[in-house]
Amino acid sequence: MQIEFTLNGRLIYEETSDDETLFHLLRRKGCYSVKCGCETENCGLCTVLVNGVSRLSCSYLAARADGCDVVTLEGAQKEAEEFGSFLAAEGAEQCGFCSPGLIMNVLAMEKELDSYEEENVKEYLAGNLCRCSGYMGQLRAVKSYLSRGENRNEC
Amino acid sequence: MIRFKNYVRAESLEEAYNLNQKKSSVIGAGMMWLKVQNRIKMTLVDLSGLGLDGVEETEEEFVIGAMCTLRQLEIHKGLDGYFPGLFKECTRSIVGVQFRNGATVGGSIFGRFGFSDILTCMLALDTYVELYKGGIIPLEEFCSQKYNRDILVRIRIKKDGRRAFYASSRMTKTDFPLIACCVSATDDTYYVSVGARPAKAELAVISRREREDVEELAALAADHFRYGTNFRGSAEYRKHLAAVYVKRLFMVLDREEG
Repeated sequence: MQIEFTLNGRLIYEETSDDETLFHLLRRKGCYSVKCGCETENCGLCTVLVNGVSRLSCSYLAARADGCDVVTLEGAQKEAEEFGSFLAAEGAEQCGFCSPGLIMNVLAMEKELDSYEEENVKEYLAGNLCRCSGYMGQLRAVKSYLSRGENRNEC
Repeated sequence: MIRFKNYVRAESLEEAYNLNQKKSSVIGAGMMWLKVQNRIKMTLVDLSGLGLDGVEETEEEFVIGAMCTLRQLEIHKGLDGYFPGLFKECTRSIVGVQFRNGATVGGSIFGRFGFSDILTCMLALDTYVELYKGGIIPLEEFCSQKYNRDILVRIRIKKDGRRAFYASSRMTKTDFPLIACCVSATDDTYYVSVGARPAKAELAVISRREREDVEELAALAADHFRYGTNFRGSAEYRKHLAAVYVKRLFMVLDREEG
């Protein structure tokens, strides 16, 4: 079947099989930041934004993306670089395999949450697993990133 | 992983129902549980184009579309206003936000899964399911029915003045529950729902006057259910946990009443 959707700001017409997942389609289109860690919807590695909402592309049918706006890390380079610098500053990169999914979920969280209290942040990011167990570094980086505006004002 | 040949986005409930009468068809909701099943089907029927993805609040009830996501349930202001903290508590440990952005209420309820937090929670409320052909029936009755090829359209939760609280225990934070409990109360009755025993949630209705002591009342409630053993815990442990959590929930309800 033929679907039409926006991928990282570009309109795409693509042939997909009826049971293909968005994850496989995105990899075919060269979005290699999108990875599959568990394939059981637990790890968050395959997180992308569909119409601004964080979704697990490993369980999202490509057919359902018809007419949608899909953003992967490749389409959020500026924000990813900014957040990436906070991850690096906290030594939270480690192997880096989970970073793309984490970054996409942090970007979704930044838009969605009104309050960045630690418990809210931890709960929002509970679906992003890190095999290096670098959670404390990631949490410090996320907190610094989310409070960056306040720091600028203080300066 | 599930495989299928044809994807059909249904344009009406009638079309979805007719397609679903074949055993080779399956309804696709959030696709979270369905996707990890090792099944081969001819047709997947998608309900996402039927406008069933909202929560509507009226004076008498909340009407929740079958395609409403667990995240919508979690953050809905009307639901949180009427049942403070209840839906937040029963959804927050379900994997992660991305998962809850996909998983649907209809999928959770229709599946009647033995691990379902949502079913456990809704069973303790005055909840009804609206089936396309089967009409509107109480959720408890729906739970006891065999699986059929009808379509779950909406869930209706009556505003009958019940207050409710939820608690669950997990081996790790985002795992399936080891035990899930929800207790609601009217003036003279407790409605106790216990799920993840590990079996689909069931309801016990207990008079508040049956015992004076809250611990005895909780033990009585826990005795209503049968428990099983799996690698997460033994039947004995689950029963013990159920009694403890139900007691705590009774106490929270009593405290709320002052």
